[in-house]
Amino acid sequence: MSKFPEDLMYAETHEWIKKDGDLFLVGISDYAQEQLGDIVYVDFPEIGKVINIGEQCGELESSKAVSEINMPFKGTIVEVNTELEETPELINESPYDAWIIKIRAENSSDYNNLLNSREAQKVIEGDE
Amino acid sequence: MNYNEPLLWEKGEGLTTGYSFPKESVPQTESNSRHLRDNFFLPSFSEPVVARHFTRLSTWNYGVDTDIYPLGSCTMKYNPKIHERIAQLKGFSDSHPLQDDNYSQGALEILYKTGEYLKEITGMDDVTLQPAAGAHGELVSMLMFKKYFKEREENRTTVLIPDSAHGTNPASATMCGFKVKVVPINSDGYLMPEVVEKYMDESVAGIMITNPGTLGLFEPYIKEICDIVHSKGGLVYGDGANLNPLLGQIKVGDCGIDAMHINLHKTFSTPHGGGGPGAGPVCVKKLLSDYLPSPGVKFNGTNYYMDYNNPKSIGRVHGFNGNFSVVLKACSFILSQGAEGLKKISEVAVLNANYVRVKLSEFYHIPYSADSMHEVLFTDKYQKKIGISTLDIAKGLIDRGIHPPTIYFPLVVSDAFLLEPTENESLKSLEHLIDIFIDIAKEAEYNSQKLKDAPTKSVINRVDETLAARHPVLKGEILGRD
Repeated sequence: MSKFPEDLMYAETHEWIKKDGDLFLVGISDYAQEQLGDIVYVDFPEIGKVINIGEQCGELESSKAVSEINMPFKGTIVEVNTELEETPELINESPYDAWIIKIRAENSSDYNNLLNSREAQKVIEGDE
Repeated sequence: MNYNEPLLWEKGEGLTTGYSFPKESVPQTESNSRHLRDNFFLPSFSEPVVARHFTRLSTWNYGVDTDIYPLGSCTMKYNPKIHERIAQLKGFSDSHPLQDDNYSQGALEILYKTGEYLKEITGMDDVTLQPAAGAHGELVSMLMFKKYFKEREENRTTVLIPDSAHGTNPASATMCGFKVKVVPINSDGYLMPEVVEKYMDESVAGIMITNPGTLGLFEPYIKEICDIVHSKGGLVYGDGANLNPLLGQIKVGDCGIDAMHINLHKTFSTPHGGGGPGAGPVCVKKLLSDYLPSPGVKFNGTNYYMDYNNPKSIGRVHGFNGNFSVVLKACSFILSQGAEGLKKISEVAVLNANYVRVKLSEFYHIPYSADSMHEVLFTDKYQKKIGISTLDIAKGLIDRGIHPPTIYFPLVVSDAFLLEPTENESLKSLEHLIDIFIDIAKEAEYNSQKLKDAPTKSVINRVDETLAARHPVLKGEILGRD
């Protein structure tokens, strides 16, 4: 059973989002990393780029597939987790510590429209 | 015999010489090129060492001549040996593409007639034989779409692609500067007209559809989808990778497809993969004829000739006339099968896939309920509960002497494996394949560790694919040398 910590919010496309001061951290859920299998490469977006909700803001390559990371709401890429360049396995080992990108939301209240842990759990039950 | 063979880099000092030059008849001169390097070591061996190395490696090969090769979406057919013989006829093998048309009438006739056959098979109006592979055919088609809209001064920026498509489709569209919008298929595995309608507007250049799709299912709404795209001024591209089950059954042109590539190395049995170059001819409707690559082969009633007068063409996409010998072998295949034979191919290919589907349905999960076309999709859902994955099943096949099917594709189905037996396999051969799959399903249940350790009978056992991807070694180095 995949874990969905209650202090995080989630996107339907299996990203988690965490409030970090007035910025937001984005990673992928335990369920997503499990589905992808061993992640071998992370392709980061350009820092400073403004990306719309639902658009691609990075790519994860696993031994099974290449999968997109999607922007949970419109915002600017502030920072990427360069530690994952050398050690992408951190996403598998500890998906909720391994943030991938840090974003500044255009509208911070968008965060409240995301799924909470219980709702995210429901979405994947539909998948399974 | 089962022996190991190190890489040439690992084969010892690699300092012997495999050649001897005759004594030079001109004085030596010094080269001052800045490209000269003296710190560059390639292993060097005598001729017998090299010959043995590659011969030993070749004994590890698995090909369509070894046994069944059920690689879904790849249509790995047997390549009849007569095609090689025809390709080696002196008139073909000794001809040169720079010969004048008058001296190349036979070769030009082959190109022209093969094009005519492909037009007849697809129900299209025109053809180019230049593209060298399927994805190249996709690219050529997208370039033609681009040019078509440019000529009409329409600014269309987006291409629609179902989420079940081959990964090459979005790559081809992106290379032509289009933005890709992914269209979801429904829970039965079909692309639905109402969904396409929602995505389709005047900013969309067209859609790329594979039919049957990568789930091995025929798209029943193909005609309606084409009509919707056309009604908004868009074009429809058909990915011809899965043409095999349609041969002689329907003409894709009648469905509303405007351009389609054909993989001669799949459907028309020319060598595939490491066996040689491929060919990805593109058939088009009249509205795209002007944009086809130049030159094309034409016939004026008496002579065949290369036609360079194509002012609106997207230009040349391959040296000379594409991979001629591949086209020649496909021509040989089409003529040796005849219209009836081609029809029989699609029937037997579909029958074979469905036979495997039904026989294995109680052992492996089938995600979609519709009958299969030429390939059948399974997942590891039943085995996952006992800790066995699609990868383990694939590795178990290697120990049983069978090439694994396509795994973890298509991406819309998790942990899929896609089996395409093709029309080549006899009932006996299919039963053999089915028995092996059942044996693996049982081993998963009763002796799962053995499956997790597989393959153990191959020269190289289970490789750590993750390690290889995370820390790839991309450079050969002679051992023991600085």
